[in-house]
Amino acid sequence: MSPKTLYDKIWDAHVAHEADDGTCLLYIDRHLVHEVTSPQAFEGLRMTGRKVRAPEKTIAVPDHNVPTTPGREDPSNMTEDSAIQVAALDTNAKDFGIHYYPVSDIRQGIVHIVGPEQGWTLPGMTVVCGDSHTATHGAFGALAHGIGTSEVEHVLATQTLIQKKSKNMKVEITGKLRPGVTAKDITLSVIGATGTAGGTGYVIEYCGEAIRDLSMEGRMTVCNMAIEGGARAGLIAPDEKTFEYCKGRPHAPKGAQWEAAMDWWKTLFSDDDAVWDEIITLKGEDIAPVVTWGTSPEDVLPITAAVPAADDFEGGKIGAAQRSLDYMGLTPGTPLSDVEIDTVFIGSCTNGRIEDLRAAAAILKGKKKKDGLRAMVVPGSGLVRAQAEEEGLADIFKEAGFEWRLAGCSMCLAMNPDQLQPGERCAATSNRNFEGRQGRGGRTHLMSPAMAAAAAITGKLTDVREMM
Amino acid sequence: MDKFNTLTGIAAPMPLINVDTDMIIPKQFLKTIKRSGLGVNLFDEMRYDDDGKEIPDFVLNKDAYREAEILVAGDNFGCGSSREHAPWAIKDFGIRCIIAPSYADIFYNNCFKNGILPIALPQEQVDLLMKDAEKGSNARMIIDLDAQTVTSSDGEVFSFDLDPFKKHCLMNGLDDIGLTMEKAAAIDSFETAASQARPWV
Repeated sequence: MSPKTLYDKIWDAHVAHEADDGTCLLYIDRHLVHEVTSPQAFEGLRMTGRKVRAPEKTIAVPDHNVPTTPGREDPSNMTEDSAIQVAALDTNAKDFGIHYYPVSDIRQGIVHIVGPEQGWTLPGMTVVCGDSHTATHGAFGALAHGIGTSEVEHVLATQTLIQKKSKNMKVEITGKLRPGVTAKDITLSVIGATGTAGGTGYVIEYCGEAIRDLSMEGRMTVCNMAIEGGARAGLIAPDEKTFEYCKGRPHAPKGAQWEAAMDWWKTLFSDDDAVWDEIITLKGEDIAPVVTWGTSPEDVLPITAAVPAADDFEGGKIGAAQRSLDYMGLTPGTPLSDVEIDTVFIGSCTNGRIEDLRAAAAILKGKKKKDGLRAMVVPGSGLVRAQAEEEGLADIFKEAGFEWRLAGCSMCLAMNPDQLQPGERCAATSNRNFEGRQGRGGRTHLMSPAMAAAAAITGKLTDVREMM
Repeated sequence: MDKFNTLTGIAAPMPLINVDTDMIIPKQFLKTIKRSGLGVNLFDEMRYDDDGKEIPDFVLNKDAYREAEILVAGDNFGCGSSREHAPWAIKDFGIRCIIAPSYADIFYNNCFKNGILPIALPQEQVDLLMKDAEKGSNARMIIDLDAQTVTSSDGEVFSFDLDPFKKHCLMNGLDDIGLTMEKAAAIDSFETAASQARPWV
């Protein structure tokens, strides 16, 4: 048998039909649904009289525009248009008989945190969602990617997607990370190296000692941002950590089925002599705590660097960099650690899991945020929130002056009331620093939870290593 | 879905790389439960000031480009979120074709589901067409999907590549779901086999 990559293996196990030109129908094992990208898809089903083909494989949760403040079960505490979208999801979940976690359910949260937490996401699966950060689930060795609303409707109706196979890219992070360097620094550094279009046309498999050393939470952070590098999906081969994470989850297999699943899962790795279309290698020891300075996730620099000048770049990037500098209100040559912030946001599908909250709390313990600064923690799910309360993390955040919110996407994309005002500058653990992403005119610097916590204390972008 | 055959129209120049879907349609407009009506908010934060007044310098606010049906843009167009609201807004504005050196994957696929043709051409050719688009409303480009060509206003012809299946669907306005449902037997037999091989799924 010819050698295969992990992606090849999962792909081959899910092709339901292949046309002569290589266009395939890829069977979808799990379809995650949220309130923003699904209403038009369900409406399409109603208009054509179609049903959801596999409701038992379809899981819905409202996350994007739910408020993160108490009382949100009452629709009158939402803006009218948000309430309409959430109500539409309620109705669609009921009418089409799909699994549903409403805001009143402690299991509610960001769809990409709920999926793994409930054991819906398992190794070797195909997972899609009308959301680009579906790449998160690749941490389990599942082929997971975002789709548009027309494709959401296609999957609802047929449980398949029309796909052509992507190319294989290997991103290897060798050796150990240095202290203060996290999964977020890895994934941002990879995008800094490849650019936001570097992964276009590829599925990336992340491997190497530094990846193997990461927890499942860290691996989800890495895969989450594969899309920010342009890749269709990011993957990490499952191992004992993966199996340990999955075992006992509500929707994970049990007993003999668990054993059967394990037999297959243990075959899910790239063969030694597999062929790669592209290989990128970074040394773990070379990765520093990083922040973004511009309005593209590729605008990454170590915290010890200075704001670049537009003419440091080439081609179309010169104009883009100048536009970013103007938007961000930054002067070339300014040390990044001199840049003052107004807001700290800890949360999102990138960094809203328990390990992220632990990392931030470890820096904040016994300390206070800078006066006048707005700081909030938005746990990724109700269960993460409950665990953080049990571990005493919530108290640390509250004592440090952070707002302790309910679960949702919140200020990552500012569809709910959690938004930046024009000109406000935010240290954020989310995934996108685009113009207006966190609110019109808002300025976003992406970083790890520990770095965001450090920034909250000093009121500036800060090298977390100075606080360790 | 609307068929796409040929298009002769005004092309608006947008010489920016990494135009993301938050720029194309900011999140406050994602709260709709319809597909239509988003054209007025296309590029909202670049197009209108804080008071909702048009920013005169923005390309689609210039008289020459208000009726643009083609957009010429920089590398990695449509990066970011999977929101199909981006192509919905583009189409609702009246743009049916985009020309750029490259596209983000999800946005590219979303275009074809909405009768929009995203054409990828080498940077040098996009640069030439960008200059052509800058000539304004008297310079009309011709897009011929069947022949897979773009003709500039001065008659220069550029050929582009396209997946034959995507071309077929676009030219005939075909509904993907209907096409897939014709293969229901293949899906049924896959499902039966997969449920035996991987019963835990």
